[in-house]
Amino acid sequence: MKSLIKLTWIEAKLFWREPQALFFTLIFPLLLLFVYGGIYGNEPRAVFGGFGHVDVSVPSYTAMIIATSSLISLSVIMATYREARILRRFKATPLSPLVLLAADVIVIFVMTALGMMLLIVIAKIVFGLRFSGNAFSFAAAFCISCISFFSLGFILAGLIRTARAAQIVSMAMFFPMILLSGATVPLETMPQTIRSYAKIFPLTYVVKLLKGLWFGQSWSKHSVEIIVLGVLFAAGLLISMKTFRWE
Amino acid sequence: MSGNTAIKAEHLRKSYGPLEAVKDVSFSVRRNEIFGIVGPNGAGKTTSIECLEGLRKPDQGLIRVLGLDPQKSRRALNARIGVQLQDSNIASQIRVWEALDMYASFYRNPVDYEELLEKLHLYPSRSSFYSRLSGGQKQRLFIALALINDPEIVFFDELTTGLDPQARRTIWELVRQVNRQDKTVVLTTHFMEEAERLCDRVLIMDHGQIVALDSPENLIKELGAEHKIIFSVKGNFQTQWFSGLPSLKDISIFRDRVTISGMNERLLAEVVNLLTARSIRYFDLRTQQPNLEDVFLRLTGKEIRN
Repeated sequence: MKSLIKLTWIEAKLFWREPQALFFTLIFPLLLLFVYGGIYGNEPRAVFGGFGHVDVSVPSYTAMIIATSSLISLSVIMATYREARILRRFKATPLSPLVLLAADVIVIFVMTALGMMLLIVIAKIVFGLRFSGNAFSFAAAFCISCISFFSLGFILAGLIRTARAAQIVSMAMFFPMILLSGATVPLETMPQTIRSYAKIFPLTYVVKLLKGLWFGQSWSKHSVEIIVLGVLFAAGLLISMKTFRWE
Repeated sequence: MSGNTAIKAEHLRKSYGPLEAVKDVSFSVRRNEIFGIVGPNGAGKTTSIECLEGLRKPDQGLIRVLGLDPQKSRRALNARIGVQLQDSNIASQIRVWEALDMYASFYRNPVDYEELLEKLHLYPSRSSFYSRLSGGQKQRLFIALALINDPEIVFFDELTTGLDPQARRTIWELVRQVNRQDKTVVLTTHFMEEAERLCDRVLIMDHGQIVALDSPENLIKELGAEHKIIFSVKGNFQTQWFSGLPSLKDISIFRDRVTISGMNERLLAEVVNLLTARSIRYFDLRTQQPNLEDVFLRLTGKEIRN
């Protein structure tokens, strides 16, 4: 327990000292908010069911932050740790690998939540963000999405050997995913063909779930999303446990 | 395992694909000694020491460290040993004190890291990032990390490689200090001078095999190599004055430079006594003793590759 607390605290400090991860988690979503919010404003529109562009975007950008944390931060951190032989030094101590993974998950989760809260607060102040769901339900959906996507990050971390490769693979997955899953550009504004392609990206299900609960839809309408994310979590847990290596 | 044995390795073998890194190596390390594994790069030193640490799994052989099997009881053993690895790092953006504080939390009874910082002359850089440290500072931090759990055995793998002579000497003194606190030290090095100065016993390895295992003094004695005494003289000097010395083997003179060789350490006293008795004016006297480097050269037939 003592080591989990210490390790988590140190990992949090290290994350804070890493400008790239910090930028994508905290700043980039705000940039998108200001650019698109500045262009489209937040007036109610029929295509969004009476909500504004910003209202629709905030849960979507939240999905993007989750993707950033899982695909970029988590996989690159773990690959760097292994490549730079940092894990190898840990292996020569009584530290359990589970404690190490738990510390990373806690730090990344807190940073993701922080990114989302920052986004919500700024959107509320600047664009008068509207929320018509249940705060607890939305938080629960956020947690489910995080856990599921983090396990995807661990799959990448387990399969990819070097930090450079991790960066390339995660970028190659990240950008198409955030562009075509509705995480940045609302799917409602896209042609039907792209909307059907979007189904192959797991992030699409996160966007749907978060958006649905943001606007107060019931959980029963999102059983597909829950199943997809549940399967992803189980697969991630299984694969990452099999592929974890100290070196 | 007897109470005096810290480590026992029997018939250790380890291959990487077709490369046999360690071939049937057996040795034991006594409690509280400084035990050195020396040899050129690629001799199998690191593979051997990492098998003892539990970081590598030997293909064959039996290892007991403090009575434990490093593979079966890795974490229990890790709690009682300290390790500095040749090839490892800590996060580049971590501060010195943070690294120690974090590693201390991995153990049940860590020592006070502030004290370690003092002892290892790291106190002034306690708030520096790891990436900003010099080579010597990094190695001293790794020593500190290896000592944070007050271990019974400390493993140092190529501790002074890449350091300048001054930093190397500082590290040697620190290793002696560690040993004085009743800790067994196992180290690898490819510097023969380092092994000779630090180690109680030295295991010389080449091509994955043990070439010799003894104290540096015995290894040098067994070599039976010549001691040389070299000095310059002024005025009258005749080599036949020295022909009666019991330890003398050979004497030669070139211009004013005299070289005398013999088989043992008594030669020096005999030569100096004679020089004084005959009132010969000599200067620039120096002696050349065989060292571990010569032993290595003889045993392996090659110079140590750096």
